[in-house]
Amino acid sequence: MKRGLDGPKPEERPTPSGRRNEQGIRIDPEVEATHTPRRTVISALVTHEPGVLSDVSGLFSRRQFNIESLTVGPTKNEAHARITVVVEEPDPGIDQIKKQLRKLVPVISVRELEPDAMRRELALVKVDADRPDRVAAVAEMYGGKTVDSCPETATIEVTGARQKIEAAIETFSQFGIREISRTGTTALARGTDSTGASDSASTADEVLSAETANQQRTQSPTHSTTDD
Amino acid sequence: MSERAAKITPADGEEQDDDQITDSATPDAVTEVDTDADAGSEPTPKPVTTGAESVIRALENAGVEYAFGVQGGAIMPVYDALFDSDIYHVTMAHEQGAAHAADAYGIVSGEPGICLATSGPGATNLVTGIADADMDSDPLVALTGQVPTAFVGNDAFQETDTTGVTTPVTKDNSFSSDPDRVGSDVSEAFALAREGRPGPTLVDLPKDVTKAETDREPDEPRVPETYEVQERADPEIVAAAAERLENANRPVMLLGGGVIKGEASEACREFAIEHEIPVVTTMPGIGSFPEDHELSMEMAGMHGTGYANMAITHCDTMLAIGTRFDDRLTGGIETFAPDAELIHVDIDPAEISKNIHADYPLIGDAETVVEQLRESVTTSPKATKWRAQCQQWKSDYSMAYDAPEDEPVQPEFVVEALDEATADDTIVTTGVGQHQMWACQYWTYTEPRTWVSSHGLGTMGYGLPAAIGARFAADDDQDVVCIDGDGSFLMTLQGLSVAVRENLDITVAVLNNEYIGMVRQWQDAFFEGRHSASDYHWMPEFDKLAEAFGAAGFRIDEYDDVADTIEEAIAYDGPSVIDVHIDPQANVYPMVPSGGDNGQFALAEDQL
Repeated sequence: MKRGLDGPKPEERPTPSGRRNEQGIRIDPEVEATHTPRRTVISALVTHEPGVLSDVSGLFSRRQFNIESLTVGPTKNEAHARITVVVEEPDPGIDQIKKQLRKLVPVISVRELEPDAMRRELALVKVDADRPDRVAAVAEMYGGKTVDSCPETATIEVTGARQKIEAAIETFSQFGIREISRTGTTALARGTDSTGASDSASTADEVLSAETANQQRTQSPTHSTTDD
Repeated sequence: MSERAAKITPADGEEQDDDQITDSATPDAVTEVDTDADAGSEPTPKPVTTGAESVIRALENAGVEYAFGVQGGAIMPVYDALFDSDIYHVTMAHEQGAAHAADAYGIVSGEPGICLATSGPGATNLVTGIADADMDSDPLVALTGQVPTAFVGNDAFQETDTTGVTTPVTKDNSFSSDPDRVGSDVSEAFALAREGRPGPTLVDLPKDVTKAETDREPDEPRVPETYEVQERADPEIVAAAAERLENANRPVMLLGGGVIKGEASEACREFAIEHEIPVVTTMPGIGSFPEDHELSMEMAGMHGTGYANMAITHCDTMLAIGTRFDDRLTGGIETFAPDAELIHVDIDPAEISKNIHADYPLIGDAETVVEQLRESVTTSPKATKWRAQCQQWKSDYSMAYDAPEDEPVQPEFVVEALDEATADDTIVTTGVGQHQMWACQYWTYTEPRTWVSSHGLGTMGYGLPAAIGARFAADDDQDVVCIDGDGSFLMTLQGLSVAVRENLDITVAVLNNEYIGMVRQWQDAFFEGRHSASDYHWMPEFDKLAEAFGAAGFRIDEYDDVADTIEEAIAYDGPSVIDVHIDPQANVYPMVPSGGDNGQFALAEDQL
């Protein structure tokens, strides 16, 4: 008996000429659409209740979003907390992160901050204090503050954008770094722009504009994520 | 339960009927004794006195009629409160079965199914069913007992971090720590399970919280303010999408499970017929469009029909509604509908452009958005040639099979015979594997909410407990048929004891090939026929096993038995199991190899 079905074999069938890329976008032969990862800051306002941080971090891990840092802290409204996440993903991934985050019930709003948003992180750097005067000079150069010192070590607190912290650490390394502890980035939008405003892509309009924006970005991938 | 079990004479289903009918009718006989109110007015429910009573009151307020579960230490206060309720509790043989039964109840009725379990193992046994509901966006509420709050975190007896375990597989879950809030937490979980994109929710109920005194009535079922659902799609995009549809030369509608959940089947039917657009469904979308209609191309994807896969591969415009573009549907992303502009309707914004980029994202309720489209599309696409091409594909790649008398029974024949022996509105449940695919391919579905299966998670053992849940949601005169595989059936067949106790009119047809058949098929195709751990030649005789449980057992070995045996099993008023010995070498075709090109489906093994 026959094992299988009748019909033209695969090689006898017509095949369409089009293709999609790995992000499911139809490839326009004129403009090859590829998205390269970019670093961005996503700020989420959440209800301040147990388990929310774990919901959020679990979402990132199970959906395999590449997370650079995550900070959380209270806000003006004690019922709310702000979670600031720095991610590095291609545009469709960033869109997906925002949408998936917004789906979590305790999440009130989600927005991606503009490249000019204020971003800060804090580092504690403990160095050998053989040359206390030079350590103090370097600390001053980076606007750092000595928070602890003893004959053997000095611990300096530095805050600022990621690049500044990295530069400070590199400069401190000449003294011999004993330990470093760093926080992730926390951020706020500039001026009257509200960080908590919804950028949740909850309306079709926003999605479409996001899609269009993505395509434009595809064609001119010039993102200056200038930290202040 | 032992008393009741003693009444059952094994292998004789008829005699138990009277007992069983009396038993299952009991809840109807229970009426609230109303002392305060005037005669003729609504009876006033007893005031809430404990957290557990408030939990049950929340379910009653939500209109819950049935709950599926298993007793246990930490959930006892809730069960104690349930004892006085009109909610009919179906005691399951295993918590996994409780979750599947509740899931199927939700699929068939459209209202969240309720399952209960105790803490620890009870709760973890629910997880498979909850994950299943999550993948298929089925409305489900799971209530789990938890150790008293003072013991939480101390590795107490039967303690598991249930909210932690279930976070990745629930739409939302909560640990209820306040006796005054516990009922409202359950109300909210119920509302969340069905609102927007449905899904499973869970409330973890510590024993001290449910035991504690409270007079707080639960709030009405309401979703939290942070949960927003958009009903109507953006009119501008609707207009653009409508224009695209009007100008399409090769349009296709792709209907997913969201069409059924959003009660949009009727609107989609009318839209497709009005504009003569060929319709393809996903597996969860089966039943959204009548498969006997000329425009129906049936199911697409890995084991979809050849014509459905040709249609989605060659279309230039795809109107996809309520589908999440699972890889079993798309095959390789790069070759999925590569010429098509995609109009994607979904209530969940996160589904837009998740797997396949949407050119026209229409976020909103499926029925509402289809109505919006109907108002906007004024001229039908000129697609006469395309429709003719689709019909040509239907005849080129017809689902015809050989069934010679002198060969073992072919499974396709059995599925068709079952379909023929039952009414159009018959509910079909399945396990997962080859039998599930034959049940998709060779049963002609015409109504929504008649196809109940585990799609996204692919849970073997889903069929029987799902049939139990479906039976409670179905109309009395509606048949429930479970098409199962031997491997699948073996995983949850303890549910037969429940079907017998409740005297549920369910017919289980086990397509028995003594293999984990789909694995055997893949091993033959991709692993040089090395049948590692897929050969199940030690299967029990399912007909006799059914009789041991107190159900009716039948067996089919050859074609001559098929029609009569099926008729007898369907006619039997109670659970019956047909052990159908099918051709062990039968395979499922067409087939798109994992990650392959849908248009290059194989019709036989040598094409893989």
